[in-house]
Amino acid sequence: MTPVRTVHGRAYPLGRANVDTDVIIGAAHLKTTGRAGLGVHAFETIRRGPGNVFADPAFAGAPILIAGDNFGCGSSREHAAWALADMGVQAVIAPSFSDIFAGNAFKNGLVAVVLPQPVVDRLLEVAREQPIGVDLETMTVTTPFQDRFAFAMDPFRRECLMGGLDEIALTLASAAAIDAYERRTGT
Amino acid sequence: MTPRTLYEKIWDAHVVERRTDGTCLIYIDRHLVHEVTSPQAFEGLRAAGRLVRRPDLTLAVADHNLPTTARIDARGRRLPIADPAGAEQLAALEANVAEFGVPYIQATAPEQGIVHVVGPEQGFTLPGTTVVCGDSHTAAHGALGALAFGIGTSEVEHVLATQTLLLKPSRTLEVRADGGLGFGVSAKDVALAVIGRLGAAGGTGHVIEYRGDAFAAMSVEGRLTVANMSIEAGARSGLFAPDEKTFAYLQGRPMAPAGAAWDAAVERWRELRTDEDAPFDRSVRIDAATIAPSVTWGTSPEDVVPITGVVPDPDDFADPAKREAARAALAYMGLSPGERLQDVGVEHVFIGSCTNSRIEDLRDAARVVRGRRLDPRIKQALVVPGSGLVKRQAEAERLDRVFAEAGFEWREPGCSMCLAMNPDKVPPGERCASTSNRNFVGRQGPGARTHLLSPAMAAAAAVTGRPADVRELL
Repeated sequence: MTPVRTVHGRAYPLGRANVDTDVIIGAAHLKTTGRAGLGVHAFETIRRGPGNVFADPAFAGAPILIAGDNFGCGSSREHAAWALADMGVQAVIAPSFSDIFAGNAFKNGLVAVVLPQPVVDRLLEVAREQPIGVDLETMTVTTPFQDRFAFAMDPFRRECLMGGLDEIALTLASAAAIDAYERRTGT
Repeated sequence: MTPRTLYEKIWDAHVVERRTDGTCLIYIDRHLVHEVTSPQAFEGLRAAGRLVRRPDLTLAVADHNLPTTARIDARGRRLPIADPAGAEQLAALEANVAEFGVPYIQATAPEQGIVHVVGPEQGFTLPGTTVVCGDSHTAAHGALGALAFGIGTSEVEHVLATQTLLLKPSRTLEVRADGGLGFGVSAKDVALAVIGRLGAAGGTGHVIEYRGDAFAAMSVEGRLTVANMSIEAGARSGLFAPDEKTFAYLQGRPMAPAGAAWDAAVERWRELRTDEDAPFDRSVRIDAATIAPSVTWGTSPEDVVPITGVVPDPDDFADPAKREAARAALAYMGLSPGERLQDVGVEHVFIGSCTNSRIEDLRDAARVVRGRRLDPRIKQALVVPGSGLVKRQAEAERLDRVFAEAGFEWREPGCSMCLAMNPDKVPPGERCASTSNRNFVGRQGPGARTHLLSPAMAAAAAVTGRPADVRELL
């Protein structure tokens, strides 16, 4: 996994609560055996509507997405995280994320930043005109107007993101403990 | 010893390694694999030169994109899948299970079905085990007292390679329902009531334990319906403490322990309950008697009202985000504030999915359908049993005849019209009374409008052409 320390650039000011994984990537696109090429199909139902942020050239290729509460709710499809990564999104900012999506995002080097609704509202406003910065080193989100919002992140996830660590390799280093567990429990 | 909840007991029993920040390496006892979320995981193993650590704890079956039409011809030959992408995913699964030695239920086997129907039915899911699958409705297995949750494909790969997952403990949420259920009220109505009460994100970060006499009185299949929809309230898992009903359900299942091992297992399983005085991080109480047969009006499972209710007015929502979401939902659903749900015509009926495709669900629906016909406004009504064994049982009870005589199509097992990944879809702008679990935008097909309800209520919608109060038909 590519290490990620900072993400800086324009941000899709999507807003909206309960953006579910069917909206992020429709089921018609899950019939793939690969991970690439899903970006063009992301947010298909939103893209079909008028005046949406994905059709606005100002945000084309934006590396950040700002959304409402409970982003990524619904199915466990990791295709949602792959689609976001494939469209160039490296960080999502929202007041909350579904548990499964947050895990999938993290495993694909996609930074999920949790900030309170009023802060997200402020960022949505700034993002219409200006770039946003996400810094994992200092754990802050910044704007060109000197806003500086601190966020919290699980230390292990932060370390993996910044180090680009392969979690399976990390776990396999505990193979002896897994062997011991299986012996102890007769599994 | 500190009193512990059921969740904490199962968690503690599966800790392989505890890290300083509280993250634990948790052992996974059972891993269900299906065709949609596994190909990239097997590809990852191959690329890294890794093997499946415990094929014997893994079980694969295809369900999501298998068509529900006939799978073999008159001479018993397997029919090809018309959709090339679907065919490729099934072929990839079959090649992967062969290469990595993973037990596999063939698409044409009588045991084939939806992963969350197959696991309990085969006795693969057992009380006190940790169960994972690359599918969010894995929560269903919690009905048997298993800690079960959905995972993404990277985690599927992690479990295949290591039989473990790195997890942080969840918070605990007690959902308590006491009292008896009213006439015509099913487990699905209880599940919808819980989601309506908690909200679609209310259970995020939590594991639910369903407690109280309303849940204790439920059959194991009813509990499977409730646990299944825990994820729709944001909770990754939902648990029921195993009891005599659980043991009776599991005894004699092909993969459950037998003989002396069975007796020893039951003895262990009896310990699987929350200690008295064990604190939950949160508790929610629901008066079972207040739950009515229900139906959803919007595009989130939390958008639920009793069947006697009306479409809400977005302006009545205090939260601006909710107001906006309700407005968008009504526009998508083609509904107006104040409209009676019972006046909304439906063109499609779907009885099936991992939430409601077991034998009791089919019996409930058949009871309403028997002696009646589909309303002429219904264009398509599907009954899709959750597994080949459910199908066989239903046919032995002649339920297939009841449905067919009313005008329903009787199909082969699979996920079907729940998620628009196979040929069973609802056309744009048309409305479906569905026993599935999600009414998201586009879930049953682009532009499709979904109303979630119980099997009996879906049957009532089929014979009346609208969401109807099943109590008037029983």
